[in-house]
Amino acid sequence: MWRYVLRRLAQAVGVLWAAYTVTFLVLDFLPGDPVSAMAGAGMDSQGIDPAQIEKLRHQYGFDQPVLVQYFHYLTKALRGDFGTSVSTNRSVSSVLLDALPPTLALTGLGLTIGVLTGGLLAFAATYTNHRWLRQGLLSLPSLGVSVPGFWIGLMLVQLFSFRIRLFPAFGNDGLRGLILPAVTMAVLPGAMVAQILARSLLTALAEPYTQTAQAKGAGRLRVHLRHALRNALLPTLTIIGVLTGQLMANAVVIETVFSRNGLGRITAAAVNVQDIPVVQGVVVFGTFVFVTVNLVIDLVYPLLDPRIAVGSARRGPARPRGTPSDPTLGGGLATSTVVGSTAGSSR
Amino acid sequence: MGDPTMTVDQKNDQENDPLLAIRGLSVSYPGRPGPVLAVRGLDLDIHSGEIVALVGESGSGKSTTAHAVIGLLPPGGRIDAGSIQFGAHDLARLSHRELRVIRGAGIGLVPQDPAVSLNPVQRIGDQVAEVLRIHRLAGRGEAAAAAVDLLERAGLPEPRTRARQYPHELSGGMRQRALIAIAIAAKPRLIIADEPTSALDVTVQRLILDHLDQLTAELGTAVLLVTHDLGVAADRAQRIAVMSRGRIVETGPTARILDDPRDPYTRSLLRAAPSLSATRDLRPVVSARPAAALTKTVPSADSDAGKNGAQHGSRDGGQEAAALTPAAPAGTNGARPLVVADNLVKDFPLPRTAGGARTLRAVDEVSFTISPGETLALVGESGSGKSTTARLVLRLADPTGGRILFDGDDVTRAGGGRLRALRRRAQLIYQNPYASLDPRFTIDEVITEPLRVFHVGDRASRAARARDLLDRVALPASVLERRPAELSGGQRQRVAIARALALAPELVVCDEPVSALDVSVQAQVLELLGELQSDTGVAYLFISHDLSVVRQIAHRVAVMRSGRVVETGTTTELFAHPEHEYTRTLLDAIPGTAYAHHATPAPAPGPA
Repeated sequence: MWRYVLRRLAQAVGVLWAAYTVTFLVLDFLPGDPVSAMAGAGMDSQGIDPAQIEKLRHQYGFDQPVLVQYFHYLTKALRGDFGTSVSTNRSVSSVLLDALPPTLALTGLGLTIGVLTGGLLAFAATYTNHRWLRQGLLSLPSLGVSVPGFWIGLMLVQLFSFRIRLFPAFGNDGLRGLILPAVTMAVLPGAMVAQILARSLLTALAEPYTQTAQAKGAGRLRVHLRHALRNALLPTLTIIGVLTGQLMANAVVIETVFSRNGLGRITAAAVNVQDIPVVQGVVVFGTFVFVTVNLVIDLVYPLLDPRIAVGSARRGPARPRGTPSDPTLGGGLATSTVVGSTAGSSR
Repeated sequence: MGDPTMTVDQKNDQENDPLLAIRGLSVSYPGRPGPVLAVRGLDLDIHSGEIVALVGESGSGKSTTAHAVIGLLPPGGRIDAGSIQFGAHDLARLSHRELRVIRGAGIGLVPQDPAVSLNPVQRIGDQVAEVLRIHRLAGRGEAAAAAVDLLERAGLPEPRTRARQYPHELSGGMRQRALIAIAIAAKPRLIIADEPTSALDVTVQRLILDHLDQLTAELGTAVLLVTHDLGVAADRAQRIAVMSRGRIVETGPTARILDDPRDPYTRSLLRAAPSLSATRDLRPVVSARPAAALTKTVPSADSDAGKNGAQHGSRDGGQEAAALTPAAPAGTNGARPLVVADNLVKDFPLPRTAGGARTLRAVDEVSFTISPGETLALVGESGSGKSTTARLVLRLADPTGGRILFDGDDVTRAGGGRLRALRRRAQLIYQNPYASLDPRFTIDEVITEPLRVFHVGDRASRAARARDLLDRVALPASVLERRPAELSGGQRQRVAIARALALAPELVVCDEPVSALDVSVQAQVLELLGELQSDTGVAYLFISHDLSVVRQIAHRVAVMRSGRVVETGTTTELFAHPEHEYTRTLLDAIPGTAYAHHATPAPAPGPA
């Protein structure tokens, strides 16, 4: 057990390093120059004194070879120092810590709403006997996955803020301000949970052990809750782990749409001005969250399914289908979504 | 159980009041052009305390009938007509809610495959107790205690421990006992056993069925035993109903059905049943002498004579075969054995556990020889190491120790070109014809693939060879353009045989080649294998758990247990005078032997 946890922690460190390195390289290859962006503060950098820029470049170490810069920043990062933000001159860790609470509230509430509604939807769709109702409910998730989050956000604002003035359209204004963004945030995880759970439930209901339960005289509700649900939970749990990476990326869009403060906003702004230390801090933090959540989920598996032993989970034949067996893979995926979305939004 | 007088008594008692009376039952499934009729106008009575076997091949509608009784037809299945009278209720007309009261409490079910029929994430004890909880027969604590008692009654050792375990921690036999405990928990008056043991080893099968017999006799429970195996039916049932294409073609007391079958289908089923036919009328499908010996001296005409000889007197054939023990291989041009396995050992690493063994010895100092044109059967229960041994011989797995000689050539460590040469001369037929043919290949591609891989011939000659091979396995050439999904199980296995023979190999390893097939198809495939052997002189290493099948095909038999060969001998010798205790246990466990021993010598007077 502890051997397993230690091994997984070692892997987590490897994933964090890889995330840091990939971000560094991607940002290095991006066109534009952080110092000119900073000095110009959004204006055309032609008018700035070249000597001034050169001085700043030297100050931040940008005149040194990439490799030297890389190791310089990496050793500092190892000590927990991600440097100072190029645009605000504050330390990266305090920038992140300030932005963390609103984002945690947003993603936490969004994930909760999503998992609950998605779970209920899946349960209702597989429980009902009406064929058209089941088909209708089962087609909702694909709709939720395919509609972009920002569009749903804008529609919600139109309806609830401008038409019936129930919730504010933007800002960090307490719980009322949190509702609309959280609902927007909930669409994707809700849809994915509904889809995966409904499919697993249908699979479990077609298994022979379901028939055994029915032959005992068990009613539909008992068969559903006691026999099918627990067997169907594992893939859903897996997808929730993967979704935590996606939530960070979604926060970028949703916080921009609703003009909320938070990690997403900071990320978008930092990428725009090529504030490399902040971007790296965000990526490393996101990866850390992702790796931790997935480690916790892997430790929860054996509690749900006695066939999975902690430690043998990586090779266990009984491990449910659709479960990523390699945490490094999952971590890499999250990194790429975060990097991909931030790099994309900088254009 | 097979005592006919008991049936008479019971009949007199309950003649007027069957426990279950099925009248004119019709069940259909939705199909492409129109509904498919699975059961057509079926009538069947089961009296209290009686065991009735419903026998038929796959697709005959026997499982559908059983599921209709308990109201658990697969999705789409629909009762179109008829009634299922159980006590005061017509099960065909009850609502779901009313049916639920009867399921479990009135009718218990022992399902087909114990490996997947228990909820994998629930403790065994809870799953047994659930029946009592559902029908409010016990409180929480009482139910838990009752579950332990029930597990003990079902014959599980250490029931207290078992109750706290999960299904994956139990063997297949133990799981089936747990399922029996579930079925008997609420003391139902009828138990439906749907192929209850066809997924288990014969020795386990026998114990489980014995126990089920005993339990139901004690409780006075009637049993509807659904099975494809006439041997099982013969041993267990008082009455047999034979089903074919959705209808019962014949029904009657067990002894009458077996001794005086009136319907042609029953007769063909009886002829095909290996366990019954083997004990009644030994008709081996192989020539008693290895074919190579014959084909090399005098071609085909003589091989027919050899077959005739085997049919006329098995004693004669036995003596001939006995002369061909590995110590004295057939005196054909001083031919050496085709395969020599010498002290083969195979270890598998085990996951590290505290104090546990590091390795599992799957094959333990196994030695045997196979002469050209001979069939050697490796017999044993699951986990005995027979399939691993076969993989070692084919060099699909590397032995930990020992040597393999193929045609005098040491191939134990052969690689590259020499291994490729071995692949060409030794082929494999798998157990499951549904999984062993690439579904995207046409049959033509399947059969010619070995030829293409080894660059044999050109396109035209390969096509000709494919047609020739199909002809040999008695399939029409029109099959060439089809895909495996369009063929039946027996046809697919014929295709697999054709593929194995494409390169004219000297050895074919057959890994349970007929165990996935219906009995009548089984008999045809075995016959085909025998014919091909006498035509081509190929040698078979025949892996099987089924001694009655082995009896029809093998010249010699090696019995394996826990990785070791416990006994080797010619087929006749081994079946007539088994020396090892385990061989005797295996022979006794063959379904149908109980019937053969008790009923055949003195045919019971048919009840009037």
